[in-house]
Amino acid sequence: MPHPVLPPVQRPFRAIALTVVPEAARLSDRGWEELERLVEHRLATQPAKTRRQVRFFIRVLQWLPLLRFGRTFTGLDATRRLRVLQTVGDAPVLLLRRGVWGLRVLVQLGYYAQPHVAAEIGYLADPRGWEARR
Amino acid sequence: MIEKSYDVVIVGSGAGGGTVASALAPLCRDGVTVLVLEQGARLDDHEFSGREQDMADVLYEDGGGFLTADGTMTLAFGRAYGGSTVVYTGTSLVAPERVIRAWDVPGLDYSDIVRRSRVYAEQNNVHLLAADLLNDNNRLFVQGCAEAGYHTEQFPLNLRGCKGSSLCNLGCPNAAKQGTHRVQLPSAERQGVEVVTRAEVRRVEDRSVVVEVTPKTDGERGRASEWAPGTYRIKAKAIVVAGGAIGSPALLLRSGLGLRLPKLGAGFTCHPAHILVGEHPAPITNDVGHPKSFFVDRAAQEGFVLETCMYFPFTTAKNLTGFGPAHSALMRAFPQLQMILVLACDKAVPHNRVTVDREGRPVVRYRFTRATIEAMVRATRASAKIFFAAGAVRVHAPSADPPVIERKDRHRVDELIDTRHFRPGKVSVSAAHLMGGCGMGRSAEDSVTDSWGRVHGLPWLRVADASLFPDSLEINPYLTIMGLADRVAEGLRTEAKTLLGAR
Repeated sequence: MPHPVLPPVQRPFRAIALTVVPEAARLSDRGWEELERLVEHRLATQPAKTRRQVRFFIRVLQWLPLLRFGRTFTGLDATRRLRVLQTVGDAPVLLLRRGVWGLRVLVQLGYYAQPHVAAEIGYLADPRGWEARR
Repeated sequence: MIEKSYDVVIVGSGAGGGTVASALAPLCRDGVTVLVLEQGARLDDHEFSGREQDMADVLYEDGGGFLTADGTMTLAFGRAYGGSTVVYTGTSLVAPERVIRAWDVPGLDYSDIVRRSRVYAEQNNVHLLAADLLNDNNRLFVQGCAEAGYHTEQFPLNLRGCKGSSLCNLGCPNAAKQGTHRVQLPSAERQGVEVVTRAEVRRVEDRSVVVEVTPKTDGERGRASEWAPGTYRIKAKAIVVAGGAIGSPALLLRSGLGLRLPKLGAGFTCHPAHILVGEHPAPITNDVGHPKSFFVDRAAQEGFVLETCMYFPFTTAKNLTGFGPAHSALMRAFPQLQMILVLACDKAVPHNRVTVDREGRPVVRYRFTRATIEAMVRATRASAKIFFAAGAVRVHAPSADPPVIERKDRHRVDELIDTRHFRPGKVSVSAAHLMGGCGMGRSAEDSVTDSWGRVHGLPWLRVADASLFPDSLEINPYLTIMGLADRVAEGLRTEAKTLLGAR
């Protein structure tokens, strides 16, 4: 197993996660652990270069708002965090758009792949199919 | 390195490899030895749990997250006993005549494709689903299309005893889908074909392959490999490469065949797709019932196909554009969501191709052409009209900014959905119909194989999968793959005496 990606950037990662999926605020400690476990599990299959890039990009997002707002990402309120992510996610540079897209996909994986979350949003698919509904 | 020897080695067990295996299986009676090597695992029935991430991890390459080189499109393809036939929805269409004619492959006759496709349609129990098994998601599509002026057709499906789990893309938990893992491979094994799973072919050499068999790790789904872990060199009189439109060209490229076959890896196409959702005012049946029962074919006129679909929470979240409160609101409305899969019919162009990196791993270089983007936008507009005609209160359209269109704006769909909002790297695009890379044609100057899948200049080496397509098929490809693979097997049977030394 490669070294985990998130521990050194856990605070900004969680701030990004809350911006991507605001409902993540309701996650218990165990829910957060599961979110991060799913993200690490996905990243573990990626080349070392990709894992380094993910960590680096989280750091970029943490420090970038200093230029515009004089505060790091974690120091911003929810509205400004959303604006920062949307601006970078819509940037003219493909690399930046890709970075935001990739991070938000990782967060959505960690959140929506949790079975209790699927149930909370009303997703009820069951291997028994029609039999389970009638 | 352990040495073994077979008459025929087939690389891959999906629609192509599985078909070749079953079509060659009768030769086993005459002493011909046939081996199928599959990179993925063989799952037992009880292991198909329908849980999104568990199944994606075991059944898809890269957990379903394989990206093109510039990271702007996700390519989904299976890796398991049965290949992608384990994870497709069972849609079984015969190739359009105009497409096969436009391919202009010498020796490939449309009527031959039709004849062979029908054989496999029958073998796989292809039929139309009964009306009482259709869910609201599909009914609303038909209703919306009728009101918006689009002609729908029902998908023929290869099912036997479908319970409507809606989990087709995670591997049917009820063994209903008649993929090669249910039909062709078990039949081939009963007749003496050997199938080895967890066996990754590293390279093809002169009449041999080098294979790495990997161990099953703790907690991993699927059976352990039939062979002990290790590296094998397997000699063969004939080798059939059927690793799919990414796997096959990548294998041949890392085997050093790129110099003698300059078109190897070229001509990659994939039907780039959006998953669109329309929110209805009340819950509908969407996550129960077969997900893909109808389609609209506008390929010839407008370059797109629309299909019904229903995906799982993470896949849906990933494919909606954006994030934050608006995205979350749509996800919370999951029971009210109708879904349409938009497929653009892209064309083979020089810059879209499969290559390999220094380690020999596949790299797909793909850029959206103007024509593809325009087709996706036309398809998105059509889908938005269909959603609203079916009663949706809002529609998610990736090529709109913001990507959610409210019902009050339904008359402005053509204006709001526009190519200028299709921003690669921001909008989610995925593809599952991967084609080309070892295209059929006349000679090594314009292609990799002839119309029987024979690699130019190497009569012992054949290709039998969607990589043979010289251009987009413009419709779901599985029956056509089986038809072409059946031709490859016929070619081998015809040459069995000279090539295999069969009696």
